[in-house]
Order: sequence, then C-alpha cells, then structure tokens
Amino acid sequence: MLEIKNLHARIAEDETEILRGVDLTVKPGEVHAIMGPNGSGKSTLSYVLAGKDDYEITEGEVLFNGENMLEMEPDERAAAGMFLAFQYPIEIPGVATMEFLKTAMNAQRKARGEDALSIPDFMKRVKAAANHLNVSMDMLKRPLNVGFSGGEKKRAEILQMSLLEPSLCVLDETDSGLDIDALRVVSEGVNKLRSPDRAMVVITHYQRLLDHIVPDVVHVLSKGKIVKSGDKDLALELEKNGYADFVDAA
Amino acid sequence: MPAVQETIDQVKAIDVDQYKYGFVTDIESEKGAKGLSEETIRFLSAKKNEPEWMTQWRLDALRRFKQMDEPNWARVSYPKIDFDDLYYWAAPKSVEGPKSLDEVDPELLATYEKLGIPLAEQEILAGVEPKNRVAVDAVFDSVSVVTTFKEELKKAGVIFCSISEAVREYPDLVKKYLGSVVPVTDNYYATLNSAVFSDGSFVYIPEGVRCPMELSTYFRINEQNTGQFERTLIIAEKGSYVSYLEGCTAPQRDENQLHAAVVELVALDDAEIKYSTVQNWFPGDKDGKGGIYNFVTKRGDCRGKNSKISWTQVETGSAITWKYPSCILRGDNSRGEFYSIAVSNGYQQIDSGTKMIHLGKNTSSRVISKGISAGKSENTYRGLISAHRRASNARNFTQCDSLLIGQECGAHTVPYIESKNASAQFEHEATTSKISDDQMFYCLQRGLSEEEAVALIVNGFVKDVIQQLPMEFAVEAQKLISISLEGSVG
Amino acid sequence: MNASMPVRHTQAESDLFERFETSKSALSGSVAVTALREAAVDQIRDRGLPHRRVEEYKYSDLRAFLKSAAPLSESADVAAAKAVLDAQDSYGELERYRIVVANGVYLPELSDTDALAGEGVTITGLNEALAGEHGAQLLSSPKSALNDGLITLNTAFVQGGVIVDAAEGVSLSKPVELVQVATSRGAQVTRNKVTVGKGAKLRLLETFAGDSGQGEINSVFDYTVADNAFLATTRLIIGGGDAARLFTTIATLGAEAEFKSLGFIAGPRFTRNQQFINFTGENSEAKIYGVTMAGGDDLADQTLIVDHAVPHCNSREFFKTVLDGRSKGVYQGRINVAQHAQKTDGEMMTQALLLSEEAEMANKPELEIFADDVICAHGATSGQIDEDLLFYLRARGIPEAEAKTLLVLAFLSEAIEEYDEDDVTEGLESRVRDWLAGH
Repeated sequence: MLEIKNLHARIAEDETEILRGVDLTVKPGEVHAIMGPNGSGKSTLSYVLAGKDDYEITEGEVLFNGENMLEMEPDERAAAGMFLAFQYPIEIPGVATMEFLKTAMNAQRKARGEDALSIPDFMKRVKAAANHLNVSMDMLKRPLNVGFSGGEKKRAEILQMSLLEPSLCVLDETDSGLDIDALRVVSEGVNKLRSPDRAMVVITHYQRLLDHIVPDVVHVLSKGKIVKSGDKDLALELEKNGYADFVDAA
Repeated sequence: MPAVQETIDQVKAIDVDQYKYGFVTDIESEKGAKGLSEETIRFLSAKKNEPEWMTQWRLDALRRFKQMDEPNWARVSYPKIDFDDLYYWAAPKSVEGPKSLDEVDPELLATYEKLGIPLAEQEILAGVEPKNRVAVDAVFDSVSVVTTFKEELKKAGVIFCSISEAVREYPDLVKKYLGSVVPVTDNYYATLNSAVFSDGSFVYIPEGVRCPMELSTYFRINEQNTGQFERTLIIAEKGSYVSYLEGCTAPQRDENQLHAAVVELVALDDAEIKYSTVQNWFPGDKDGKGGIYNFVTKRGDCRGKNSKISWTQVETGSAITWKYPSCILRGDNSRGEFYSIAVSNGYQQIDSGTKMIHLGKNTSSRVISKGISAGKSENTYRGLISAHRRASNARNFTQCDSLLIGQECGAHTVPYIESKNASAQFEHEATTSKISDDQMFYCLQRGLSEEEAVALIVNGFVKDVIQQLPMEFAVEAQKLISISLEGSVG
Repeated sequence: MNASMPVRHTQAESDLFERFETSKSALSGSVAVTALREAAVDQIRDRGLPHRRVEEYKYSDLRAFLKSAAPLSESADVAAAKAVLDAQDSYGELERYRIVVANGVYLPELSDTDALAGEGVTITGLNEALAGEHGAQLLSSPKSALNDGLITLNTAFVQGGVIVDAAEGVSLSKPVELVQVATSRGAQVTRNKVTVGKGAKLRLLETFAGDSGQGEINSVFDYTVADNAFLATTRLIIGGGDAARLFTTIATLGAEAEFKSLGFIAGPRFTRNQQFINFTGENSEAKIYGVTMAGGDDLADQTLIVDHAVPHCNSREFFKTVLDGRSKGVYQGRINVAQHAQKTDGEMMTQALLLSEEAEMANKPELEIFADDVICAHGATSGQIDEDLLFYLRARGIPEAEAKTLLVLAFLSEAIEEYDEDDVTEGLESRVRDWLAGH
C-alpha cells in the first residue's frame, strides 16, 4: 500500500536535511510503529507524507497504491485515502466542528465522484462515531479545535479519521498530552478502525501507546533513517534501554 | 510544487470580477438635463409634484453645497467628480406612478426577477410561509417603482412607501424628521443628497407596533451617467420594532457612477430598529475600470430611552465605499450596534466604519468589524467611539479584525476612542492577519480544495457578523462573499 | 493633512517671528543650515503652529495652548549650571556618566567627557557640527513625519545639543545621563544625535533640570542603532510649570538591532512626546513604553509611528495613562507595515485609567498594513478604578487613598516592568507616589 524508497527531505527555508534515506513498506492491514528520539525526523516524515510544502524532497520516492504520491496535492492525497492525525491539531475560529466534518467528507466524496451525503445520513454517521469516542454533540457545535483540551483535540482527530474512512492512517504522536484514560479511549477508537484493507503508521516517542495499539512491526528512526526494525518486542527493548544505542549507531 | 503554480495560472485567467448583476435593462427612460443647478432641482421637484417647502429645502441645500469642499480625509483616491456632467433625474418612462403591479413595465419586473427579488406578492404567497414574507420597495434609477404588501401593512398602521409619496401624503411627518438626524450641511455628500435626492423609502411604525414583516428596499442603478441619490427615513415610535433590509446592484459600465444616499433612523422610547444592508454595487472590472462610487451617510438617532438601533452591513461591491453607519445614543439606556463585513478585491477601495456617540446615561454600544482584503484593494476601518461628559456608565466593546489575502492589498485600522467620562468603559481590540499556512494545510489534508479551504476559513472569520443578518440575507451574503473573493487565492 | 492657512497669526506666532529676527545672527550654522532655519520659519508663517485641524495634532492644539512665546534662553555659565544640577538630581545614587547641556549648549566642564572617551564614547557639541559642511544633514526629518510642526519649530531655533558616538562593539559599564539644564528663563531648543555603533550597547537617561519659565522646551533626539547594537532610553518629563514640553524621537534601526524606550510623563502643563521609529534592517526589535500621569488642566500626548519598512522585525508598544482633575490624555500610535515587510509582528496596547469625573482620554491606535504575512494587533481600554478591587483592599484595612495609590502603581508598573531596566526605573515608584500626593 505504501512504499517509501530512499526518501531524502529537507526544510525548504533553510535547507536543513531532516530525512536522509528512509525506506519503508507498509502492506494493507498492517500496523507499523515508528519510534525515535526527539529530532529524529518522525514528524517530518508524517508531514512529507501528507504533502506540507515546508519541505523539499531531494531524493527518493513514495508510492501510494502504486501511484507517485509526491506529485499529488495534499487534498488529492486525502481524497486518495491518506489521513494524518496531527500532533498539534489546528484551530479554525468560527468554523463549527460539525460544519468542518461535513465539508471535508463531501469534498472527498466529490473528488472520488460520489454524491454528497444527505443531512440525515451525515448526522447518523457523526452520532455513531461520536458515541464510540465519547465525543459530545456539544463539542461538535464548537469551533474546530478552538478551546478544546488536549484530549478533546486528539479525540476529534480520531473522530475525523473514522468518518473519512481512509485506507492509510498516519498518527503523529497521538499519545502526547493525553492522560491514561484519554489514551485508552483514543486507542480503542483507533483499534476499531483496524481492518484488513487499512494500514496504519503510528509515530510515537513512548512505548506506552503501543500497549494499547499493538503494532505488527516496530521501526527505529534516528537521524533521518530507519536504523532498526523488529516486532513489538523491539519497543519494549527501547523502553528499557533508551535510544542511546541506536543514536550512536546511526 | 508545480500544481500550485497551475492554480495560480488558472486564477489569473479568471476575471477578478465575478459580478453577475452586470446586465443592463433596455427600457426607454426619461432623463432631466445634465448638470447641477437651480433649474435641475426645480425640474426634478416639479417632476415629483413636490410642495413648495420641499423645493425650498432642496434649493437651500444646493446653495450650501456650492460653498463646501469635497472631503479628503478618507483613505480613498479617485479623479475629481464633475457634478455638472451628471444626470440628476432618470426614470423608466412607462412607470410614472403605477397603481398596481399590473401597470409596471414587464421588462422592469424581469430585471428584478433576475436580481432575485420576489416582487410579485402572489408568488411569495404561493411559495413561502407567511412569516418569511418581505415587503419590498424597489427603486430603479431615481424612482421608486413599486412597493409591495402596502395594504396589509396599512392594516397594522405601518406606513411603507416611497419618500416622494411621503412628501405628498405625510408632509407633517417628513417635515418633522427629515434632516433631523443628518442635518442638511452634515457633510459634502449629505448636502448634495439633500439638494437632489431622487427617491427612496419612508417607513413609519406607530407606537407599540411590531412590524409584521421584514421591510426591504432594492436599489438598482441602470442609466448611464446617472447619479443615484436615495433618501431613506425610518421612524420607530415608542415601543415599536422594525427590521429593514437594503440591497443594491448596478450594471457593468466603463464609467464610474455616483451613488450618494442618506439614511436617517429615529428610534423613540423603547423602540428598536434593525437595519441590514447587502451592498453589491458594481465594483469595477479586473483592471479597476468603472464601478460605483458609494458615498453614503447613514445615521441612527436613539432619541428615546431604552431605544436600540442595530446596523448590519455586508459590503462587497462598489469601486469606492465611503460609509460610516452611526448611532447617536441620546436616550438613557439606549444601545447601538454595528456589525460589518467589508470585502474588497480587484482595485476596490473601502473606507468604512462607524461612529458611536454616547450622550445619555448607561448607553452601550458594540462594534464588530471584519475586513477582508484581496487583490490590489485597500480596506480601511475608520471608527469613532466617544463618551460625552454626561454619558455616565457608557460601555463600548469594539472588535475589529482584518484578513489579508495576497501580497498587493492593504488593510488599515483607524479608530478614534474618546472618553470624557471616567465611568465610561471602553474596550477596543484589533487584529490583522492572513489565513495561516497551518490552517490551509490542515484543511487540505482533510481533502478540501484551496478554494474550499479559503471559503471555509473566511466564513469562520465573518461568522459573528453573518449571525446578525436575517436568515434570507445571511445565505445571500455568504454566497456574495465567496463570489467576490473568487480568484483571490494563489 | 490639509493644513489650512491661518488667516491671522497668534501672539505666540508673532513672538516666534520676532524671536527669530533677534536671535538669528547668534544661532549657529552653515549657509545651508541657515537656509533650513529660514524655511522652517516660513513654514510656521504659512501654516501656523500645529493646531487641531492638522490630523496629527487633532487632540493637542499647540497653537491654542501657546499664548505667547518667550525669547530663547541666554548662554549659561558653568557655575550656574552646576548649582542647578546640585540642587536637582533626577537619579540620586545611581552610578552613571553624565553629559550636560545647559541652555542648549554642551558644557564639557560638567560632563564625564574623558571617562566616556575611555569607554569608547565620544561627545561633541552640535554647534560646531552645524557650522561644518555636513551641518544641514543633522537636521533631517523622519520619512513618516516630514514637515512635522515640532521638528520644524526645533529646526528654526535649535541652539545646540550634543553628538554622542558609541564606537563599534563598546558596552558601557554604566548608563549615560544626558541632562538638559535651564539656568535662566527662556526657551530651550536642542537637538541631540546619538549613534550606537555595530554591536555596541548603550543605556541613555534623558533628564531635565531647572526652570525655563514660560519658555518652551523643544528637544529632538535622533538615534541611530547600528547592526546588532542595543539602545535603551529612559526619558523623564517631570515637573510643573507652564512651559510646553515638546520632545521628538527619531530612531533608525539597523539589522538585528534592539531599541527600547520608556517615556515617563508626570506633571507638566502641556507635553507632547512623539516618536518615529524606522526599521531599516531585518530581525530587529523595538519596544516602546509610555507611562503618563496628568492632573489639573494638563495635557499629555504620547504619539508614535513605527515604520516597518523591512521584513522580520518585531515591535511592541505598551502605554499606560492615569488622568486626574480636568486633564486630557492623548495616545496616538500607528504601526505601518510596508508591502515587503513580511513576517512583521507588531503589538500595540494603550490603557487609560480616569481618576476624576472631568478627565478625558483620546486613544487612536492605528494599523496601516500592506503586507499579508504579518501578525499585528492593537488594543485600547479606558475606564476607572475597579470598585471591587478598591473595596477588597479597604476591607483588608487599607485606607482609601493608599488603596488607590496601590492600584495606580499596579496599573502603571505593568509597563515599567516590561521595559525591564530595573536599576534605572527603581525610583519611578516614588515619583508616582509624589505625583499622586502632590498634584
């Protein structure tokens, strides 16, 4: 589903190289965890996959279902099924969350040549998803992410993820800023979305998220490269020994 | 990214002006002689069968106008207007005083239909629930063509007619209130209007009456080289309420057309007037050619205690807008509100804002202004909040935000905040920003196109004001804003 | 804008023309400088003194205020200047260098000229430079205030002042006090040019001592802050008397430069402190603070234009005003952002506290923005002391007068603390207390 080959990327403004040859293959149904110390390039990888133009690709390619994803606009990637759960979800004053959900869902449907959702159908979907994630209707009436707590923001991200039904989900530090209860709710939400035709890339600094979302493969990213891959036990090892070994190795 | 460049190219290919009301209606019309003189005024006064006192009032204004200088303090620039090269009277020939809709030129009705104004009452009655009914006074060039729902309003005691008719039928009311809020010599354009005003609407709500429907006026300039000078006067007697809507359009012309209106509102004890405007005069073409000069004086007088006047405006049209709907908070406990969205694109220049003059005790006011500039436009908020000596416990809150789209436009904020009373409490906030890259990226990641993302974010930006509009206008206003911003992303 | 020509000259204007005729031979300057002086007088003749029909002076009508204009002060002798300084020291114990200008003329005898030279700072009198071939360049106006009335008045009558040059890289161990002394009655008109060289750091204290009687005090300070340099100026405009205090700052900032200023006004009958800040290099920062106290019939005006002509600069403006009696406070601030000045961050706040029924405040915080990628904001508030707070303090046993003092101090100190020059602002609290007790 996702193939990243020798990906090099740098910050457009000052040409600092962040990604230095990332290779990664993710198949449908798989959950991959990417772990790494601060500054290893985890968030950059997620932004590059989503198409943020602060970064320049200097080498390598990214194929999404066989198509060259780097040539697609961010909204085209979204319509093709790529979803990024932001580490810091953006606030949009004055735009009710509900209104945003409808606009986003219908924009993607339009891009795929589908009809817009009817209002009752839309409401039904939102209510069902909101129930699962413990999101109140009151919260959905508030402007998107404005004044949301850390936990509310992350739940709103997962709510969007479940409504937009992407085939590739990239979760950028979804556990950051969550207490243990919120972490459980969010993880359950994510786990419900696991399916044989959906892949996930879970980016995290800490192992604790992976107790809840159990990965098939764990990768260690250091200095812009994947330096080690293994099964879920690799995460436990990291938790015990820290990143120092890998940072030095890289 | 190459695709971004492509978007920019596409955008460049689109005309900035997406003005869809730019058609000319082909009707034979009658015009007075060109030029501003005593003869012109006598001619138009005679055309309107005005009483002598009205003619004298106009002539007095003309004499004063001749001694005044054009103001130059606003942040707008335009070539000098030759007032002697304008027509001050143009009327569709076939409609001198229609008795009913049947007598109105069908061509004219078709024009209003194109503008989306449901003139024919039957249509409305057939299609819409009674509470959504809107009584319309339509002004075509210089004259009021038809006023709907007159009979029904009359039953409630409400007078809603053209100002010309009011001068003839209700001279005492007109004499008492005309010029009492905006004095003849208030400012250059108001004085000009006082001399040559052609038509406009008159509303009188008797004591204790809640006007049973929204009242609405549509102004349309059709004739070439014609100035349009409407005069609107609304009087809300004690304890009454009225909501009034105003819409405007004009055809696409190469030359600039002048529009200088005066609107006076009087609210007596416990009365409330809500005045909403969607201004969509022709803004000029993509090169800044043509368009309306909109020099308007709008003022409300909260003359009685506990009275309230609320202005809501959505300004997307005109080449130049010079307009400051204001409230004089004379009555104790009176309240003034100003909600504004001003969108400029292309070469438009907007200098608009409000004045809240606190004279009475415990008066309060609220100002929410949202300016959006795009293209090569200039958008200025200019406002005055003042509390006079006697205005104990006056309160004002002002929020004025500007949003810039593109690198060649300007957004300016010029507030004057004057407090002469210690117990007056004023708060003013202003921000200027652009749509953040992060907000755009977030929307794109969720699958919105750039245009959709801008429309969404802008709608969020103006929401506080849109909410103040009556429902029918809110939808229209949102559409207008996205139309006038089309082609601004890139 | 559209300054209409006065039909007749006021008494003060006539006095000024007479003053010019009597003193022009004594006023120094090259031929070009003399021409500038004459042009300035002609401008006053054409337009009159700044008045309320001129937008920039809408709230501060100098023309109406000045009933007459005193002659220029005569040259001071060293002993008299020393006597005034000994009797009136603005900073007491504070360790500092001193530069003394008396009746408009630099007095090296009373200045720490040698010690400053040792630190890399040279001082010269303005007069010699005015007579030199580049003299006229010393009298330039900022782009954002060409033909400004106060600067024009200064140009016509400037008696002298100092040129202070801090060499590249110097960092002074102590602040420098530039004190202007009046030893006799009469107008005091000075222009001071301060240059802080690349990477240099200077802290300047601007004070005034003595009594100029009815004579106006008109000082222009022209600062150049070079790349990577730092300048902080604390200006005290304090005291009673009827003399108009007219102060102008022109600051030009290079790249990565930092400029801070605090304008502290307490007590004069008519004050205008106007500042024109120009960014000419990227990544620079200006922080402008104002603290104003006015009572009686005082008028106190803080006016400011910050010109962001280049990208990536930040400015912060924070002004506090406390008004009592029938006084009038004025704040006019404008942030200009030019089309190419992307990534500008400008934040302006003006707050006024009205202590009496008859005090008046006029706030005019403006933004003029031609670049889209900016963050600019301004805020303005005015009101009276929070009665709930006052009650709370009194309920804790604090007498009303003291409670008010505490609240006023708390209100003003927000700006003083943000200015963050604690050693030089230490004494301001007692000045606030003095003012509250004394006016």
